[in-house]
Amino acid sequence: MAAVSEILRIATAGSVDDGKSTLIGRLLHDSKAILEDQLDHVARTSERRGDGYLNLALLTDGLRAEREQGITIDVAYRYFQTGAAAGAGAGAGAGAGAGAGAGAAGALATGPSGGRKFIIADTPGHEQYTRNMVTGASTADLSIVLVDARHGVSEQTRRHAFITSLLRIPHLVVAVNKMDLAGYDEATFETIAAEFTDWATRLDLSDIVFIPTSALAGDNIVERSQNMPWYQGPSLLYHLEHVVIATDRDMDDVRFPVQWVVRPMSEEHHDYRGYAGQVAAGVIRPGSEVVVLPSGRRTRVAAIDSYDGELDLAFPSMSVTLRLEDDVDVSRGDMIAGVDEAPVLARDLEAMVCWMSEQPMRPGGRYVIHHTTRSARALIEAIEYRVDVNTLDRDPDAGGLALNEIGRVHLRTSTPLVVDTYARNRTTGSFILIDESSNDTVAAGMIRAGR
Amino acid sequence: MWHPSPVDHGLGAPRLGAPSRAAQEPAAPVRGGRPRYELSHLQALESESIHIMREVAAQFERPVLLFSGGKDSIVLMRLAEKAFRPGRFPFPVMHVDTGHNFPEVIEFRDQLVAALGERLIVASVQQAIDSGRVREERGPRASRNRLQTTALLDAIAEHGFDAAFGGARRDEERARAKERVFSFRDDFGQWDPKHQRPELWALYNGRIHRGEHVRVFPISNWTEMDVWQYIAQEQLEVPSIYFAHQRAVFERDGMLYAANPYLTLLDGETVFEASVRYRTVGDMTCTGAVRSSATSLQEVVSEIASCRITERGQTRADDQVSDAAMEDRKREGYF
Repeated sequence: MAAVSEILRIATAGSVDDGKSTLIGRLLHDSKAILEDQLDHVARTSERRGDGYLNLALLTDGLRAEREQGITIDVAYRYFQTGAAAGAGAGAGAGAGAGAGAGAAGALATGPSGGRKFIIADTPGHEQYTRNMVTGASTADLSIVLVDARHGVSEQTRRHAFITSLLRIPHLVVAVNKMDLAGYDEATFETIAAEFTDWATRLDLSDIVFIPTSALAGDNIVERSQNMPWYQGPSLLYHLEHVVIATDRDMDDVRFPVQWVVRPMSEEHHDYRGYAGQVAAGVIRPGSEVVVLPSGRRTRVAAIDSYDGELDLAFPSMSVTLRLEDDVDVSRGDMIAGVDEAPVLARDLEAMVCWMSEQPMRPGGRYVIHHTTRSARALIEAIEYRVDVNTLDRDPDAGGLALNEIGRVHLRTSTPLVVDTYARNRTTGSFILIDESSNDTVAAGMIRAGR
Repeated sequence: MWHPSPVDHGLGAPRLGAPSRAAQEPAAPVRGGRPRYELSHLQALESESIHIMREVAAQFERPVLLFSGGKDSIVLMRLAEKAFRPGRFPFPVMHVDTGHNFPEVIEFRDQLVAALGERLIVASVQQAIDSGRVREERGPRASRNRLQTTALLDAIAEHGFDAAFGGARRDEERARAKERVFSFRDDFGQWDPKHQRPELWALYNGRIHRGEHVRVFPISNWTEMDVWQYIAQEQLEVPSIYFAHQRAVFERDGMLYAANPYLTLLDGETVFEASVRYRTVGDMTCTGAVRSSATSLQEVVSEIASCRITERGQTRADDQVSDAAMEDRKREGYF
């Protein structure tokens, strides 16, 4: 079996001074993802603005307002790849422009992973953009949190780690950056790592890796640094290429939210009826026993259809079409699930919610709730507490949630939803709330319990 | 499963006929006795795009797929087949024709839509000019690029479309890097980049009021390389102008333009023959060609992998009007 290249989705958060843009710029540059005309544009714009240096933030700050104000307002997505996924040339380090960096990246990628494609959600780090950070974090496999080696663990570091934990990003890298300005001192690095580890016991983070870096000088970004012989771990890029993510997905119990019913009713496919969707959990095979929820009808999978023919199995996050053995009533919003540990049918939800609207959330508020492929109406029954994202303190007397605030709330829905806890499954455990009059998305929710 | 490899670029010789089933199936290799389920990056991207297209079909009353004849919208057509077959597309296909398109592309469009048995709507910029809705730019650099916006918005209003698929990708351009997959447009067709709806997980909010619509970009997370690798994997036909051919061209602003009736030569510009290919397909007045000898998909992929300039930077005059040329056009309702 040849190597398979995977996608790794990365979320980074940071503000102007912590070197995040330099770090991303370094990764993009050394993997040949920044091309000459983009670099020219950055150089020209940096000069015109009088930045006095090559301002790599201009690469991701794509909006006029961001460039004018010199701040990141919204999530920007950037792409790079190494090894086999890079196709011709890049993986082999060919092409004159990239210099030694790309060659090194290519050499690193000859491991078992066969190279990866990386999607970076570059998000603003300030508290007033918490909602954008949550947005970028919602789909990430790995989060990079930057710590300035001179200043140690800051309020912002803690906030980013909290969001990583809240959104259950499976892997966290703490890049202790600007090590060049801290004399490449091992004790400084160890102190920061110990302090962070101690604080992180209050969170739910299973995989934390600390890497001492200097994004500016290139230490431990692509290649292991010669300046820190005391550090035995991988470079950042090596870690990104090799961290195991295939086991992050839930392979145990089938979850298949039905998105669309394929019923051609043509001559050729007169009796065809297939249920299209994306597998959220579990491994589906022809013959698998399943239950359709909320109806509770049991049946078996007759076939897994795709454009390329019938498949022997389907697993997350494949988009497929299922045919069922029995003629049961299934429509969009239903869930096809494994019979062993079926999800819960719930109208009462307890959830952590990040509020994203300028109009605050209040008890008694009514919203539209989107959960998997089902929509309903939801009533905010109570706000249990609000979390201080910097200290993790809980305020039980919060009367509401304002923009960018996070809290634990109780909701009641107009029809039952087929839910899991977010801890168990990020797809069947998440929802959004929508304002019925403006149609804006006003909240992101993570289910803690349902009944 | 299709595995790109650094040795032969994973493309091999073009195969004829339907891809074999074995070539398409996901892998479940057993390592250390425990099965490991992995998707290649193309399979993961394809699954995400299919999911997005099905969400649109389910959430909207009258979607439409915007088709330019370019490689990205050709990929959209295949993804729509993957999402909805054996059913028909639950939407028509629409082309905004500036009247200055490459004849090869128009011919390709008609053949593809006919082969798929789907419905085609053509929104004509020429008609918008003839009816006085828009006025043609003048001068040697005149282009109908901007006029497309009016023709597009008029067609959306006329047909009552509430969602329009586009083939834009976030790696193309810095304003596009910021755009949502479901990108809301107000009743003037405008994009407001500073007030975009948060977009979380794979939960897409398609709720709109009458007169508003949503632009949907199913291949937002694909790169130019992904698109070409997918074209090779799926053995998709593309217009002949994507491959090297002899063409009468002239040089302007560092780009090679096809000699054509819609562009007037300036002093000092001369027409000459060159071996070129197109990296993007827009209309003849704003799309430049690149010198190339790449006549096969493998050669095109190799060329892109070693090229140090972005596709839009190399071939699109419409992006180089100003720093925020794309953002400004998108605000007005451009693709």
